[in-house]
Amino acid sequence: MGATTETFYSVIRRQGITRRSFHKFCSLTATSLGLGPLAATRIANALETKPRTPVIWMHGLECTCCSESFIRSAHPLVKDVVLSMISLDYDDTIMAAAGQQAEEILEETRAKYKGQYILAVEGNPPLNEGGMFCIDGGKPFVEKLKVMAEDAMAIIAWGACASWGCVQAAKPNPTQATPIDKVITNKPIIKVPGCPPIAEVMTGVVTFITTFGKLPELDRQGRPKMFYSQRIHDKCYRRPHFDAGQFVEEWDDEAARKGYCLYKMGCKGPTTYNACSTVRWNGGVSFPIQSGHGCIGCSEDGFWDKGSFYDRLTTIKQFGIERNADEVGMVAAGTVGAAVAAHAAVTAVKRLATNRDDTRQDH
Amino acid sequence: MMDAVARPPETESNLAAIAADAAGERAIGRPTVYVYEAPVRICHWVNAFAILVLMVTGYLIGTPLPTVEGEASGSFAMGYIRFTHFAAGQVLAVFFLARILWAFVGNHHSRQIFYIPVHRKQFWKEVLHEIRWYAFLEREPKMYVGHNPLAQTAMFTGFTVFVAFMIVTGFALYSEGEGIDSWQYKLFGWVFSIWPNSQDVHTYHHLGMWALVMFVTVHVYAAIREDIMSRQSIISSMISGERQFRE
Repeated sequence: MGATTETFYSVIRRQGITRRSFHKFCSLTATSLGLGPLAATRIANALETKPRTPVIWMHGLECTCCSESFIRSAHPLVKDVVLSMISLDYDDTIMAAAGQQAEEILEETRAKYKGQYILAVEGNPPLNEGGMFCIDGGKPFVEKLKVMAEDAMAIIAWGACASWGCVQAAKPNPTQATPIDKVITNKPIIKVPGCPPIAEVMTGVVTFITTFGKLPELDRQGRPKMFYSQRIHDKCYRRPHFDAGQFVEEWDDEAARKGYCLYKMGCKGPTTYNACSTVRWNGGVSFPIQSGHGCIGCSEDGFWDKGSFYDRLTTIKQFGIERNADEVGMVAAGTVGAAVAAHAAVTAVKRLATNRDDTRQDH
Repeated sequence: MMDAVARPPETESNLAAIAADAAGERAIGRPTVYVYEAPVRICHWVNAFAILVLMVTGYLIGTPLPTVEGEASGSFAMGYIRFTHFAAGQVLAVFFLARILWAFVGNHHSRQIFYIPVHRKQFWKEVLHEIRWYAFLEREPKMYVGHNPLAQTAMFTGFTVFVAFMIVTGFALYSEGEGIDSWQYKLFGWVFSIWPNSQDVHTYHHLGMWALVMFVTVHVYAAIREDIMSRQSIISSMISGERQFRE
């Protein structure tokens, strides 16, 4: 696989994809990346001339939902092209080779494409007990990850697991599941969070890297700006209802039927950076809010440990009993208020008593 | 300033004498001292008003009013509430900044709320005295021209620190809507390096509001109480700028 300098174009033509479809893909990709009109030509040119970038796709502690999303990349052309355009040299879940044969590919790619391959990581390594909670090919996954990261050009952290830790890192995190950027610190890491990330976002990131030979511009959290610079809330089609103050108050109420804002139902759209409200899912068919359910914030750090998905205010666990900021605040403010009232009462009583004393003394 | 010239020469040295004399018998006349300069007073009341507006609108953003009926185009309830919150927040930020700048040029009372003289033993002794006074263990309060040491401690920890925290987190949250190319994000985006999920920043911003509610409660109570109990003007001082000492 990927041994000769085969281009993406020659591969996809061999697979029976027409030149017309190929150009349609290039235009679509350019559009979804928000690039200018000339970009489609440049993408096409790059795919026709550049050798395919080898990609090693590894799986740590995860549920494979990222792969599931990726292979469902809605436009059939996207799926076909992506699975051909990158030279997916290793992906233990979907590759034909197995066992020793599969493991040899890792070594081969590492030696042959030193510093040139992309390491895509789905899931994360558990560090507790020497990493024994995730054994892959007879070795702890963390070791395999470190070895392959050593010679990679860049690392893509697929999904919330690789980016943030996700549910396996939920408190108390018994296996000490750790996001990739805490384990590999000397390589550029692109975080593509989401549980799973949107298929078109995944293919878009891969296309960008292979086309331009560099990483997309990243934000403060290491996420590609092109897909993660705005909140779900900013582009939500229910936003007018939010601004108007029209909210779903209860599931199945009239407002829910009318498609009002799900803010009060705990929608995490206002704090979640992702492209769901623009790119949407399943080929642009819908996304959670469109289906009547609030965003759960699955592309955000720690979304699994922030209380109910259906509460507006975050649960605070530091006070023993689970409370939100308002409950904590009201109890505290109430206590202060009561203390002030009591203090005022004592002051008044004292003052009266003192005055009486004074009057008595005056006689 | 003009006031200072027109005013009879009430210096602090003769006030110290009064303060020392406080436990004893009568002081002569009703001495007044100019404590709070006009910019301090203006900042105080503008900030007080802004904070009140911010608390009400902020609470309504976290817990919105019941649904407005009719077409979405017919109402902008949440929009106005958020606009008011953001506007009041920027007013607070500007006047808080102005207040900090005034601390550099104003009299030494204008600097009081920005620091605690932790290294001074005398200060802590006086704090203890104030605590004893509030615990009804002292019969007579000491008089101070500016804030008493306990008040200074409370102003710094309860007001200055929290308001600064609210302004920083507030602008960080505001930058989310303004976008990552906005100046708000460039100046305050680092908040999200500390808390990557802005849901946490919302929670802390919310808790900060409640901390300020507690501060305001104590602040208003202490001002009224001292006005009555400690024989010096407190509330009117923040209007006229003058502190009057009664017998």
